[in-house]
Amino acid sequence: MTVALTRRPVLRLIPRPLLFGGILIGLSLVLAVFPAVFAPYDPIAFDYNALLAPPSRAHLMGTDNFGRDVLSRVIHAFTIDMQIAFFGTVFPFVIGTLVGALVGYAGGTADAVFGRVVDAVITFPFLVLVIAIVSVLGPGLVNMYIALGVVGWVFYARIIASEIKIQKRLDYADAGRAMGYTPMRIIFRHLLPNAITPGIVYLMTDMALAILLGSSLGYLGLGAQPPTAEWGVQIAEGKNFMSTAWWISVFPGIAIVLTGLGFSLIGDGMAELLRTRK
Amino acid sequence: MMERREILLSAENVSKNFAFPRSLTQRLTGKPAVAVHALNGVSFDLHRGETLGIVGESGCGKSTLARCLVRLHDCDEGRIMFEGRDVAALKGTERRQFNARVQMIFQDPYSSLNPRMRVRQILAEALGVHKMKPKAQIPARIAELLDLVRLPADAADKYPHEFSGGQRQRIGIARALAVEPEVLVADELVSALDVSVQAQVVNLLLQLQEQLHLTVVFVAHDLRLVRHISHRVAVMYLGKIVELGQTEALFTAPRHPYTKVLLDAAPELDPARRSKTVAVKGELPSPVNLPTGCLFNTRCPHAFNRCFTDRPVLTARDPDHLAACHLTDFGLPFQNELTA
Amino acid sequence: MTPALEVSHLTTQFTSGSGKVTAVDDVSFAVMPGQVLGLVGESGSGKSVTLRSLLRLLPRTAQIEGRVIWQGQDLIGMSEKQLRSVRGGDISMIFQEPMTALNPVLPVWLQIDENLRTHTSLSASERVARARELMDLVGISDAPRRLLQYPHQFSGGMRQRVMIAIALASNPKLLLADEPTTALDVTIQDQILKLILSLRDKLAMSVVLVTHDLGVVATTCDHMAVMYAGRIVETGAVSSVFAQPSHAYTRGLLGSVPRAGTQRSQLLSIEGTPPSLSAIPKGCSFHPRCEFATDICRRSTPAMLPQSATHAAACFHSDRVIAAGSPVGAQ
Repeated sequence: MTVALTRRPVLRLIPRPLLFGGILIGLSLVLAVFPAVFAPYDPIAFDYNALLAPPSRAHLMGTDNFGRDVLSRVIHAFTIDMQIAFFGTVFPFVIGTLVGALVGYAGGTADAVFGRVVDAVITFPFLVLVIAIVSVLGPGLVNMYIALGVVGWVFYARIIASEIKIQKRLDYADAGRAMGYTPMRIIFRHLLPNAITPGIVYLMTDMALAILLGSSLGYLGLGAQPPTAEWGVQIAEGKNFMSTAWWISVFPGIAIVLTGLGFSLIGDGMAELLRTRK
Repeated sequence: MMERREILLSAENVSKNFAFPRSLTQRLTGKPAVAVHALNGVSFDLHRGETLGIVGESGCGKSTLARCLVRLHDCDEGRIMFEGRDVAALKGTERRQFNARVQMIFQDPYSSLNPRMRVRQILAEALGVHKMKPKAQIPARIAELLDLVRLPADAADKYPHEFSGGQRQRIGIARALAVEPEVLVADELVSALDVSVQAQVVNLLLQLQEQLHLTVVFVAHDLRLVRHISHRVAVMYLGKIVELGQTEALFTAPRHPYTKVLLDAAPELDPARRSKTVAVKGELPSPVNLPTGCLFNTRCPHAFNRCFTDRPVLTARDPDHLAACHLTDFGLPFQNELTA
Repeated sequence: MTPALEVSHLTTQFTSGSGKVTAVDDVSFAVMPGQVLGLVGESGSGKSVTLRSLLRLLPRTAQIEGRVIWQGQDLIGMSEKQLRSVRGGDISMIFQEPMTALNPVLPVWLQIDENLRTHTSLSASERVARARELMDLVGISDAPRRLLQYPHQFSGGMRQRVMIAIALASNPKLLLADEPTTALDVTIQDQILKLILSLRDKLAMSVVLVTHDLGVVATTCDHMAVMYAGRIVETGAVSSVFAQPSHAYTRGLLGSVPRAGTQRSQLLSIEGTPPSLSAIPKGCSFHPRCEFATDICRRSTPAMLPQSATHAAACFHSDRVIAAGSPVGAQ
């Protein structure tokens, strides 16, 4: 993406949401890459001397029913959950963008067939469809990514296709054709950079949704498997202790909310930033 | 003009329809597709080195014709010939060569340039795809092109949105010239620009044409501009050329009633010359259901029986001045109404 | 003769994020009864904002100063309520794009009727008769049937006629026309301009016509005012201004339009582009593009100086511009 911000103070032009979202996600990434640096304990080490200990100076977020340090598990879970945010969306994004660009440019029959596929997919509730696929393939993160890829690309393709249809009517597309450029060059060099903005904005929101979905599947036992530290798994583990040891579920929950918020803010900020280019 | 008659590009009986999309029920019930008849048998020759003006009101098919000439549309009937070959048959390298030799400049300065590419990228791409220059010479050629269209050298590193409308049209011209074309098809080149800026771009086009020996097809609705620029002019009405002739002959002694009407309606830059009568009544008929006979018969003040049954063809009493009007056989009664 | 409309020192400013922008700067002119005044200029010259300022038809961020005297009353100082009875009543307005100015979901008769109800005391049946009469007046035949139709069932030219019919419903004495023919083809433009002129004669209206087309001014207007960067730079009888342009901009503008007898020659163009309202040059705002400019043009703003009883220009070098001759004079 090249954004025209020539010769202007760049920092002042960054929209507020993008700044705050960027800080949240930046911190999340640091934790995801170097969890051991920040986590005070081993996330899967049992400590039978401190079972279900409430938050204290030794354990800032308390411990769970195996005596594992909740803070360390929340920090280590960043690695898994940021992975989910990335791998759960990158395949749908790439596939959807490719399909959407080609279908939008071709129009006609390809577009009509694509329209029916979209109808078929969106008539099923998204989560149910993903759960069905994961159930068939078996639980686990890789199968979850496959399921998300199979279902999720449709939404990107729909966004990109409609945007390409608008762009291809503009004269610069015709200018490219009159120049004798190949359709592939026109689609990917000219139309797509101008059509991709809403796709990227949706990608950011989708990353937040992917974390929620990953956590939901983890909670249902279809995503990350215990004893891996993952927020959904952690919440599931804590559900029996909600009344006696709330901290087991609440802190991972807060982590989900904050990263989700971070991605959403980046999405909003990107939308603003890419729109103001005139 | 008379001597150089080498025909570079010609249209032979070109027709083009645009069908409205039919709904599923319409398809099932077998309803025929409804189509706009954008071009209805257009023929003309383009001579090397000339400027051919194509003028007409909206819906006359002039833009469709321009797009057919550069193969942005394929004709439904008839053909476009370039150096004796049907352009629809050109494939691969030959087609790319045709694209380089016959270039188009677009009307809208705001949508005809990719907003996410710097001027340098836009020009380098055209030079690169057509392998006009070895890589090392591309920056020098870009500077040359910008100079050619009178843009400062630092324009290369800017984005289209940093330019005014007139400057963007210059960039569009530079892009077309990058591939060293012989024919430039300019579709309403200046109609989106302010009057004072229009004159700059028109002046530039005239200079470039002399300098680079370009052949120009100048499509516009502005009669004054077309008269100023063109050696010959074709007047279009409802997808047909109704008159084609040398500019001065056509403007001072039109042979088709529609041309006459168009000239009368165009506001003159002379406050002393005013008329209170309307040049022509009525409006353009629907291009979906064309009138039978002459296409202009619904508005023509001179129409008689034959005009409602036979469609006149472009014929010539003198080969330099063609008109599609039955009245040419009767000595053109409207001509004596003219004020030179 | 007293003017029908007298505008003096009209200034319109807009407040935007980056400060104040002056769209109309100290504009004064008068329109005589039955006269057609052409306000001519390029994009951003302030011609449309001037027209809209007369009736205060502008967004809230606009600040309008000066006086607009209509029948002894100042429209600028008038209350919103009083002004509403003038708008669409004594003074009507028509716009460039009738499709957006007409309400797409209401049949035409209702839109005419609305104006009749607001500004006349006719009974229901009288209003129907009057609506048909108005359709005839603007040259739409088959009025009973056409009145029941919606705007999208009319062509561009017919829509403009409908808009004129609505504007005429209240028997206005002044018609404000904002580029009424810019979106139309030349044969239809001719029809609409001639219609406006014949209505002017029939109904004894005055007209202010905003346009960018000098040809339209030449064939339609009696008087003209040339605007550049928010100011009137030259004003006068159309024949006088065309014969002897006294401001360098007017001369350049006239020279920019191709005319018979100059085929394929270089047009007398004006270098550069019209300034944006947020960056209007100091001194005479035209000086960066002007071939006659000297130091004084960069330093101070020229005042309007009369050339004759009906002709004035705001240019320090009027004499040199006049000496250079009119590009359209010798025909």
